[in-house]
Amino acid sequence: MLGLIGRKVGMTQVFDDRGVLTPVTVIKIDPNVVVGARTEEKHGYSACLLGAEDVKPSRVTKPYAGQFKAVGGPKRYLMEMRDYEKEVSVGEALGVDVFKDIAFVDIEGTSKGKGFQGAMKRHGFSGGRATHGSKFKRGLGGTGMAATPSRIFKGTKMAGRMGGEKTSVQNLRVVRVDEDKQILMVKGAVPGPRKGIVIVRKAIKK
Amino acid sequence: MDVIKAIEAEQMKDQAEHFRIGDTVQVHFKIIEGQTERVQVFEGLVIAFQNSGISRTFVVRKISYGVGVERVFPLHSPRIEKVVIVRKGRVRRGKLYYIRDRVGKAAKVPELIRKKTQ
Repeated sequence: MLGLIGRKVGMTQVFDDRGVLTPVTVIKIDPNVVVGARTEEKHGYSACLLGAEDVKPSRVTKPYAGQFKAVGGPKRYLMEMRDYEKEVSVGEALGVDVFKDIAFVDIEGTSKGKGFQGAMKRHGFSGGRATHGSKFKRGLGGTGMAATPSRIFKGTKMAGRMGGEKTSVQNLRVVRVDEDKQILMVKGAVPGPRKGIVIVRKAIKK
Repeated sequence: MDVIKAIEAEQMKDQAEHFRIGDTVQVHFKIIEGQTERVQVFEGLVIAFQNSGISRTFVVRKISYGVGVERVFPLHSPRIEKVVIVRKGRVRRGKLYYIRDRVGKAAKVPELIRKKTQ
């Protein structure tokens, strides 16, 4: 697994080598610092600990800041990448060039919050007829059975909070890697708002 | 957003929008067929500009064998070799969609003739 923490900048279009206008999402990669490592012998699995974006030491708890002793100040985002495919040492800063020879990536982000939404928008229910005297328009219909079991099963699809949850998209083509600007461009949309944190990984299915 | 503007600016052509709505233009468009590359000329009336930045496009309309044909070109496309203005038109609209409903002489756009200033 190879991956980095980045920030979504927004979407635009670029002309590819054949002159075709391609929709792309721009992702800014601030230096990802290797904070530590998890090893098979000590922890039972191997992983690389990446941190991104500086944060004031006074803003974090002391136990959290303590993890960053080896690399200077604490970082706002910290995550483990299982079985990192690159040889890295603690304190090393990783940039976009990690993705230089990679054609496809998977991206994980937090989707935009949609608030409290009905079953039609949230779960794609069909709803009822809009015209001809219909008295059932956007409702969700039946949610359960009768006297047996005389309750609604847990997890039944109903109206509620939508969005704001972890979402992934797989197999996005890497259109461009700009090392000067530390920018990664991928074809298509990426979950989350602009300035949202995204995790970019090498595609697992390609 | 500055990052996005910088990315777009890199690809934009200078002076790409040197023609206007109502002009008759020849678009020299490169077509790649396998190994060979040739230039196809599409001549017609510019009836609309759409979008902004790198996504800006224009619509060219012509009558081909009695059938109206419209093509949308990305203004900054590297496949556009050049756009030649054949005739300047005098129009009072930003979008010339009304031309679609007209036939023959009614579908004509008068030529823009500027008086020479002394």
